[in-house]
Amino acid sequence: MVIAVTSLGRSGLYDWLMQRVSAVILLAYFLYVGWVVACGVDYGAWKELFSLTWMRVFSMLALVSLVVHAWVGLWSVFTDYFTERMLGATGNMLRLVAEVVCGIAMFTYVVWGIQILWGL
Amino acid sequence: MLSIRQPITAWASITHRATGVFLFAGMAVLLWALDESLASPESFAALQESLNNPLLKLVIWAVLAGLIYHTLAGVRHLIMDMGIGETMAGGIFGARIVILLSVVLILLAGIWLW
Repeated sequence: MVIAVTSLGRSGLYDWLMQRVSAVILLAYFLYVGWVVACGVDYGAWKELFSLTWMRVFSMLALVSLVVHAWVGLWSVFTDYFTERMLGATGNMLRLVAEVVCGIAMFTYVVWGIQILWGL
Repeated sequence: MLSIRQPITAWASITHRATGVFLFAGMAVLLWALDESLASPESFAALQESLNNPLLKLVIWAVLAGLIYHTLAGVRHLIMDMGIGETMAGGIFGARIVILLSVVLILLAGIWLW
């Protein structure tokens, strides 16, 4: 049996909403950064953009949204395929391992992002 | 799954999932590129230089392709959440638009990269 204890908000409705809120933030961020890159930037202008506080806040917001979005999405995928019904007892173990690995990766992304933006 | 002929909506859905999983790994590439682009003028130039490498170009294109499809399929979900195109016909029509638009945008991204 798959229990919802590792879902983001332990509520399907909450997860559903967070998935959409984070999606809209990510859409805005990728459209903006994509537009800037497509217009062509040199190092000076690029560095200048990412030195602005609002851009750093926007970037961190996007990164946190990515984590939220990825957790809801990957959780849905794992709880659909890595299950006892699909794979027997290994399913539960595999799901746990996948969640731990992704959790560590997400935490790494956030720390990496802080490091890039604030250059610690 | 391969033994049953899946409708287009099923393919649109499974591709949305697959690109989502792929993009989670792909984000590492984008974070790496962001890191290189901001670290110093030298690393910025080195990144531009390394983007001439066909293999890296292919990786970036793959991530962009995943991003384009996942975004369009996601926007379709948001539109359907508003109650638009929720019928069977609407679902098929939406899936077709998403796939068609993705192919066009992915090709354009490829042209822009090369």
